[in-house]
Amino acid sequence: MSKSLKSGELARFVYREARLIDEKRLDEWYELFTEDALYWMPLVRGQTDPHSHTSLFCEDRFLLKVRIERLKNPLSHSQQQPSFCQHVLQRPELVGRDDDAGEYAMRTPFIYLETRLDEQFALGGVAHHDLRLEDGGLKIAVKRIELLNRDAALPSIQLFL
Amino acid sequence: MTARSYASNPDALRALVRPDAVHRDLYISEELYELELERLWRNTWIYMGHDSQVPKPGDFYTADIAGSPLVMLRGRDDEVRVFLNRCAHKGTRVVSAVAGNCGSALRCPYHGWTYRLDGSLRTVPMKGGYGGTDISESAHWKGLTPAPNQEIYRGFVFVRLSNEGPDFHDYFGDSLSSIDNMADRSPEGRLEIAGGVLRYDHDCNWKMFVENLNDAMHPMVAHQSSAGIAKRLWEEEGDGGEPPMVVQQFAPFVNDYDFFDNMGVKIYENGHSYTGVKFSIHSKYSAEPEYERRMVEAYGEERAHAILGENRHNTVYFPSLTIKGAIQAIRVARPLAANRTVLESWTFRLTGAPEELLKRTMTYSRLINAPTSVVGHDDLHCYSEIQRGLHAEGNDWVSLHRNYDPAERDSIAGVYNGTSEVSMRGQFRAWLKYMLPRGKAGA
Repeated sequence: MSKSLKSGELARFVYREARLIDEKRLDEWYELFTEDALYWMPLVRGQTDPHSHTSLFCEDRFLLKVRIERLKNPLSHSQQQPSFCQHVLQRPELVGRDDDAGEYAMRTPFIYLETRLDEQFALGGVAHHDLRLEDGGLKIAVKRIELLNRDAALPSIQLFL
Repeated sequence: MTARSYASNPDALRALVRPDAVHRDLYISEELYELELERLWRNTWIYMGHDSQVPKPGDFYTADIAGSPLVMLRGRDDEVRVFLNRCAHKGTRVVSAVAGNCGSALRCPYHGWTYRLDGSLRTVPMKGGYGGTDISESAHWKGLTPAPNQEIYRGFVFVRLSNEGPDFHDYFGDSLSSIDNMADRSPEGRLEIAGGVLRYDHDCNWKMFVENLNDAMHPMVAHQSSAGIAKRLWEEEGDGGEPPMVVQQFAPFVNDYDFFDNMGVKIYENGHSYTGVKFSIHSKYSAEPEYERRMVEAYGEERAHAILGENRHNTVYFPSLTIKGAIQAIRVARPLAANRTVLESWTFRLTGAPEELLKRTMTYSRLINAPTSVVGHDDLHCYSEIQRGLHAEGNDWVSLHRNYDPAERDSIAGVYNGTSEVSMRGQFRAWLKYMLPRGKAGA
């Protein structure tokens, strides 16, 4: 792998990823993930793997696809009144890189708002992206979301952090 | 909502529950909600926690039941006891963490009164100041107040906060066989809480959740957009082999009406019941050969197959606990207001079973019961919409008619077709029994 990515380019990727969710361009968003991708939101602090403990999200591409198709489906009654979301990201920080393997680790503190008519809730935390160059383009191998209030009784979180 | 005082009016309470319908006030009246905490949730046996949450002396776990803060504590003698979580002195909660270990004593953070692990009072600073007073004759000197009644059944810790009320075994009767089956699924006959707790905030009355557990007419409708899509996507895009566990867990939610009708529902007195008498949505999961080997080794061929042959769907231990023995997951209702309930989903490791079983359990809990679950979203949406819809003036009644048979009025216990609403009729019959002033139950 000869291409060496600058942190600004990696940050732009992270910004774009959040924007695709917020604009509900979920088919495009789905294409950002590698074949073996993991979209993961641990349930406890310091959880080292998604399988030794229950998680809030632990989605492979198939489960992501189920969610995306459900959101499009008119029988999704909980979305008859649709939800919208807004990510507010702190500048993504490059925290690990392996240019030879084309792998980059980004750390991005965020605030996430999800709203449905008169109801809105805010979540905060840190998103960790393990990015990988594949065929010259960046993909998400792992997106791990460390939710700040993961031990609270949470409302329905219907979109994607 | 009709303005009237239910507390002092048994006839008004009776008028809310017909054999085949209930009044909407049961879900939306704050007065009835407060009365439920005072009567139903204190007069009956409520799930506190599991003794495996406090494995070592000094381990504690707290929960609020019917508005009372409680703490479950393991003593030096290995006994698990439940106390009111309030200092005998002025009422400070003696522990404020949800769970932890207090060492050899509990110490109140305010004035430093300490308690032994059996709840008795150990030390009071500057004790001499109480000389000449009659405090030593009072409850303050007796230490932490024990929950009036507690019972531990195969590790499941229940309390009854009222001094009066049914005996534990009379209250649950043979419905305890569902807890037995879940525990027997461990080759050692023991369960351990594992995998953490999913806590899901519900903007609805607690009864909508409890009723739903044995409602076999909703899955194919409410879950069409989640489980239905998972099933369809796998059929379209899967490799044609054995579906992955997530698809095996999702897909049966959209089985047809006949499936759910034929699985049957078993009704006990006092509001308890389970669906999945003959088979259930958990019957067709892939075999786990190593697990089955260990079960046969522990119990012998015949008994092992009898244990694993039970595939009960949801068992309701009215009003607080619902369990899924076949996948070792439970849900606990913690009501907060007439229109607000927190649901806790806990999972168990089967002691002595391969760790794969726990993974299957945790996967199910996440897919179906988490605040991030698409199936959970379907259900909560419907509960919330009932909560709002029942404020409509002009139709005061909620139907429970499906398969109603007047013979139920004499004895409701028995096996019925799975899509009958008999489980809900049984719950409301129990609701009324324990909501009436004591001494008039069943009148």
